Amino acid sequence: MSLLSVEGLGIDFGGVKAVDNVCFSVSPGEIVSVIGPNGAGKTTLFNMISGIYIPARGRVKLSGEDTTAMAPHLLAARGLSRTFQNLQVFLQMTVLENVMAGRHLAEGNHVLTDLLGLPRSRRRTRETETVARKLLARVGLERGAEREASALSYGALKRLEIARALASEPRLLLLDEPAAGCNAVETEEIDRLIARIAHEGVAVLLVEHDMKLVMKISNHVIVLDHGEKIAEGAPGDMARNADVIAAYLGTQAREEVINAHG
Amino acid sequence: MRTLSPKYATLIALSALIAVAPFFFPSSFYYRIGALIFINGLAVTGLVVLIGYAGQISLGHAGFSGIGAYACALGPIHLGLPPVMSLILGAVLSGGVAWVVGRPILRLRGHYLAVATLGFGVLIYMVLSNESQITGGPDGMPVEGLGLRELLKSMGFSIKASRLWYWLAALVMLVGVLLALNLHDSPAGRALRSLHDSEVAARTVGVDVSRYKLTAFVISAVYASVAGSQIALLNKFISPDISGFLHSIELVTMTVLGGAGMVFGAVIGATILTALPQVLTVFHEFENLVLGLIMMLVMIFMREGLVPSLARLVRRRER
Repeated sequence: MSLLSVEGLGIDFGGVKAVDNVCFSVSPGEIVSVIGPNGAGKTTLFNMISGIYIPARGRVKLSGEDTTAMAPHLLAARGLSRTFQNLQVFLQMTVLENVMAGRHLAEGNHVLTDLLGLPRSRRRTRETETVARKLLARVGLERGAEREASALSYGALKRLEIARALASEPRLLLLDEPAAGCNAVETEEIDRLIARIAHEGVAVLLVEHDMKLVMKISNHVIVLDHGEKIAEGAPGDMARNADVIAAYLGTQAREEVINAHG
Repeated sequence: MRTLSPKYATLIALSALIAVAPFFFPSSFYYRIGALIFINGLAVTGLVVLIGYAGQISLGHAGFSGIGAYACALGPIHLGLPPVMSLILGAVLSGGVAWVVGRPILRLRGHYLAVATLGFGVLIYMVLSNESQITGGPDGMPVEGLGLRELLKSMGFSIKASRLWYWLAALVMLVGVLLALNLHDSPAGRALRSLHDSEVAARTVGVDVSRYKLTAFVISAVYASVAGSQIALLNKFISPDISGFLHSIELVTMTVLGGAGMVFGAVIGATILTALPQVLTVFHEFENLVLGLIMMLVMIFMREGLVPSLARLVRRRER
């Protein structure tokens, strides 16, 4: 059974249909990529799935439960986690604390215990720290974990967001342009990281402009244009689909895609 | 060498300052100023939780000080409660009022929230001023003392009221500081600080943002209330001015001047702005003018506040 299913999802911004009638599903361990030109509605689609925008039409289901327009923190409790295209890092916290903040659900709400600094509160912090350091090592940021997050480079912040998203042990991970602004080596690392995450059974939904990355790791590609799904299928098929090429890839990118495959 | 954690460093530094300061007091009047500093320090520590941790603003927190103060004035008269129980009653009441008021107004952000909290403070002030058959109106009313000094006397210890209050208020403030510092590096503290930096990201890691904002609001209200109760018990007299708009502004200015993100900084801010008008009588006449000026200068030149900005400067020098 699919973990995420999106049925006829749509939203309007001031009379303009930003996203309309989008349907697809993602299964555990699968990497599904959403591609399309700038302004096609990819991030808007993400924002609807993750509860930040309230869709005007359609349904979102997580493991069969209707989660349309559910508040983000409730979706997080149901195993949905995400990163942001325009970074949303906690800049006044340290690198380590950023990932620790991602463990909020595992830690629970115990304000009084925390105020009094009871042993239980300190134990939870220690446990969280252990997990967070492991996650930082996983994304290659274990050094300088005590630095303020604002001291990190753009590419490092992208990976920090992934570590924070993983901290909540998601079943569904939404990655909004994880490789944007990263150099070739960093992109390669992120590419491997995403593949491993999916291999562990997490369903991954990806928005990405780096075609090489998309073609290499995706199981399934969805193409959006003007808010509508114009095609979907295996990465190789999408690269050859005439509509897709016309809408988005262009001839030059097509060569890139073929090279990536060959 | 392992450096001291900020929590213990702050507690040790504050304790040392509190213990050493009396050696430099020319008269026992300074014990009273010290007590006022610690009482304001307590209220300001509560505001650090609200402003510094959670990133929310309140221009009406003196309203909670008013509730705490009048609980101590009215509790013994109408309910027959001893002063300490009245203080606790005031704190519970303030927490409850903060919870009820906070639910709708914490949906607002930035200056909308500032105006809504300002309105709340004015409301409390108006009630305290107008319900004169209960509160004595704008002229205020007397408050029964704590009775601790008499108790100590009966046990054979004789201590001046100002000295007793110096140590008592210091102790209460240190407990308040300890709790706020505990919170800072705890799971709940991280949740509060995360929503300060990015509400949308805090939501996606599962933080119930409205619940945590409300928590910070209630905690800071209880701090302000206990501070207000202490002022009433110290002065043995209370007037509605304690809940006035100017007092709210003073508290926020102290917090922001010293550094809202840092308990130690905020306490230093409280120290400066409490001591200056008392020590320099010239300053007293222009108090509001100077307050406004300080606020503007800090916002322009050191937005993080005095202590964090200086700390950053020192760190940069060391490199």
